[in-house]
Amino acid sequence: MKTLTIAKTHLTGIVLGLALAVTPAMAEVESKDPIKMTLHDWTGQLLTTNLMAEVLKNAGYNVELVQADYIAQFAGLKTGDLHVAMEIWETTGREAMDEATATGKVVNAGSTGMQAIEEWWYPAYMKEACPGLPDWQALNDCAEEFATPETAPMGRYLGAPVTWGGFDDERVEALEMDFEVVHAGTDAALFAELQSAYQRKAPIVLWVYAPHWAPTKFEGEWVEFPPYTKECYEDASWGSNPDAAYDCGKPRGPIWKVTWAGVKDKWPGAYRAIEAFNISNAEMGAMVSAVDLDKRPLEEVVAEWMAKNEKHWKSWIQ
Amino acid sequence: MTAVAAASREAGHRWVAPVPAFWFAVLIVTVLLSNYGRDLSKAWDARWMVRYPSGWKLPIASEISAAMKWLVEEASFGLFTFREMTRGIAWAIEVPYDLALALLSTGLMQGLGSDAVQLVPPLSWIAVTLGVVALGHYARDWRLAALAGGAFVYLAVFGQWDSAMVTLASIAIAVPIGVAGGLLLGIAAYRAPWFERAIMPVLDLMQTIPIFAYLVPILFLFGFGPVSALVATIIYAMPPMVRIATLSLKGVDPEIVDFGVMAGCTPRQMMWRVLVPAAGPGLMVGVNQVIMLSLNMVIIASMIGAGGLGYDVLASLRRLDIGAGLEAGIAIVVLAIALDRISQALAARRPDHRESGAEAGLIARHRRLLIVIAAILGAFLLGRLAPVFQAYPDAYTVTTAAFWESLVAWLNVNLFDTLEAIKTALLTWFLLPIKRFLLGIPWPWGIVVVTLAGWHFGRWKLALLCASLAGFIAVTGLWPKAMTTVYLCGASVIIASAIGIPLGIWAALSQRAGKVIGVVIDTLQTLPSFVYLIPVVMLFRVGDFTAMIAVVLYALAPAIRYTAHGIRSVDGQLIEAGIVSGCTPRQLLTRIRLPLAFPEILLGINQTIMLALSMLVITALVGTRDLGQEVYIALTKADTGRGLVAGLAVAFIAIIADRLISASARAARRRYGLEGGHG
Repeated sequence: MKTLTIAKTHLTGIVLGLALAVTPAMAEVESKDPIKMTLHDWTGQLLTTNLMAEVLKNAGYNVELVQADYIAQFAGLKTGDLHVAMEIWETTGREAMDEATATGKVVNAGSTGMQAIEEWWYPAYMKEACPGLPDWQALNDCAEEFATPETAPMGRYLGAPVTWGGFDDERVEALEMDFEVVHAGTDAALFAELQSAYQRKAPIVLWVYAPHWAPTKFEGEWVEFPPYTKECYEDASWGSNPDAAYDCGKPRGPIWKVTWAGVKDKWPGAYRAIEAFNISNAEMGAMVSAVDLDKRPLEEVVAEWMAKNEKHWKSWIQ
Repeated sequence: MTAVAAASREAGHRWVAPVPAFWFAVLIVTVLLSNYGRDLSKAWDARWMVRYPSGWKLPIASEISAAMKWLVEEASFGLFTFREMTRGIAWAIEVPYDLALALLSTGLMQGLGSDAVQLVPPLSWIAVTLGVVALGHYARDWRLAALAGGAFVYLAVFGQWDSAMVTLASIAIAVPIGVAGGLLLGIAAYRAPWFERAIMPVLDLMQTIPIFAYLVPILFLFGFGPVSALVATIIYAMPPMVRIATLSLKGVDPEIVDFGVMAGCTPRQMMWRVLVPAAGPGLMVGVNQVIMLSLNMVIIASMIGAGGLGYDVLASLRRLDIGAGLEAGIAIVVLAIALDRISQALAARRPDHRESGAEAGLIARHRRLLIVIAAILGAFLLGRLAPVFQAYPDAYTVTTAAFWESLVAWLNVNLFDTLEAIKTALLTWFLLPIKRFLLGIPWPWGIVVVTLAGWHFGRWKLALLCASLAGFIAVTGLWPKAMTTVYLCGASVIIASAIGIPLGIWAALSQRAGKVIGVVIDTLQTLPSFVYLIPVVMLFRVGDFTAMIAVVLYALAPAIRYTAHGIRSVDGQLIEAGIVSGCTPRQLLTRIRLPLAFPEILLGINQTIMLALSMLVITALVGTRDLGQEVYIALTKADTGRGLVAGLAVAFIAIIADRLISASARAARRRYGLEGGHG
């Protein structure tokens, strides 16, 4: 082994050599080239990716983690510059994912087991001012509570960045709600406002998504709209408003994993493991809070989960 | 002398240019059209007047996207494809970058990915700090050495060391490439006037197109990872180097050139042995600019994989860890200050320092270098025994994050209502009227006004430029977003000038105030705006007002700097004359200093506009509906054409503003006889 002979010439070489020898030498893997997995900028995704990376390393694969933008990464996944993206949300990434899989150069490796929730959300203390919550009509009845000088007399609803879609402007229109939609530019801005309002116990209703630390840290509830169906978005006559679509809540959908099409041929075992990967919302929520709220190191949280759920993840690499 | 200029000259030496009746009429028409344009268009059944019809839109965006696709997927030079070429360039950048990263951060690795094994650890924190201290001493004196050393110790103590070294590694690669490239282009521009004419507009575009607009194509061409981030940084940071190189080469004393000719220099010797060394101090100013702009880029670079301090800022603000974000942001400022002071000292350094030790032996002459080498080796060996010599121990790092967190929370709980009242007043009486006025102007009239202004200041050439650039914005269907941009920047520039010009005057008149203000604006310019954007959102909510505050904070610096510089450089004899003729200090200021500094102040406002425009993309992150948002959407959708077109629209607004203001500054200078050119 070349690595070893070179390492030996150094003081630390022997120790490192031992460490290498001790690492469970797993069954021969198909290729020792590094599998490049993308990291984005939210904690849940970092956890998912690090978990997968640890499992793959355990199976003997060589893994490299690289920073990449959530949507821009598809360009790299198509060319094979990048190999694995662990979290593509049905709710925000569907369009880009479909475009990429249509080229045949990117494949969908199935759901992560987590369900993305995106919906209007309010802090629990708002229940006093607006009896009847979480029903959306009750929310509408006290829209004025949520008004600000810029939006008065309409209530102010803080929507997600325009790039996330979500049809909130259409929803307000279709359900004839007395709200004005204001879009935040990033999710940092979104949660900054939530934190500010929460500190002051000020009225706020905004777009929150899960798995995320916010619904864990702040006490609150999702607004209950008429439940989403496919017809609601496509067929105007469906729902309370016969002339408009979107008179219902938002879809909840899986968080997908995608890989470069070549992964399947180059590292078949790794691809099977990625396909098998699954974890629940509750487990992820707990890990996200451990990192973001308890400020524990990410590696430690990942290792803890691995130790506790050995049987579960071992089954992915069988 | 043109009629208009003559007219304004006759109007006497008041420092506010007279408003001719013609411009007053234009203003009246604009106000009327802005208010009643919509009704008018209904009455005439001409909806195209207020809303550019989508059927007239030219498909420029999709054409650019298609061209980009062809470039990435098909373009070929025969032997190799275009993409292979860019990937080759990427490789050429990656090799030295990996080396720098290995030295400073990761250590020398063997193998790839998670199989990699560290062969040699990176330089220890003690060695790097000592190296910087030695450099500071070499550049000037012990005080600078202490400052630089202190900055690096700060990084270690505040637990920012690892990220700071990743950032430093990318700066260490981006800066030399930017400087070398800038110098070569500058030399070419100096030698060939046609090249200078060709490259200046390109430089304008490089500086004014928001970086987000070209990130996507760069990712396509250079691949994912730190190299793309480096390429983007270099594109952004190089233009000032080209400009300064050209200027300082032109500024070399002709006698020196004559001497070179007499000594029989070949053109090559002339350039590298005579001109470049003679232009040295000027060139170092360019180097300094490249360093500062590269550091400005670290946040955006971290969005596409640069890592380092920028990534720390982004990541901590995403989980609303304001304290941690601020600390990482301040670490960037500290790094910037250390590098800035050292590079400025190197620029000012007289070469004769070196000669003083020439008689002494080899060891004596390179004592400093030897000490550093010894320190590196010593720290390496000691690091084997005790890890504290290798890496600063985590247990001894300090953090003030909790303090900032509670400060913002306190402000939020106790001052929110007061701030809200101020904000509402400003919105109702200042921002919204401007917005309504600008967005109400029908686009054809908007183009007419810009063209007329071009004609006024620069005759047909400038009029043509203004008309075509404004026309481009209209035909791409971006007019409303462009006007929102103008409104947001315009309002911010007005406020920034209202704060900045008085501060600049104060800084010029009082040395102590000047020093304090200098430090504050340096910090504001290098502190990544994302750091204060999030607390500002907490206090003022998402919206135009928040965006405006961010823009004002960032764009304040040039208004202050140029004003101070303009007032300081007023001829002392004129001040004397004023005092002799019995001016009060107030009269000295309003009758002599301000009028004479006026052209300089205008240039400061010009720079303020440029910076305000460059902040647009950042303000899109808090949710504005302007061109910045358009660029940002295009980035997240990886839509090359849409991003570039919106980026060009931003650049064109900048160019129109720049040309008009420069032309009027020239006219003002002529009026006060500061510059020749009576035509």
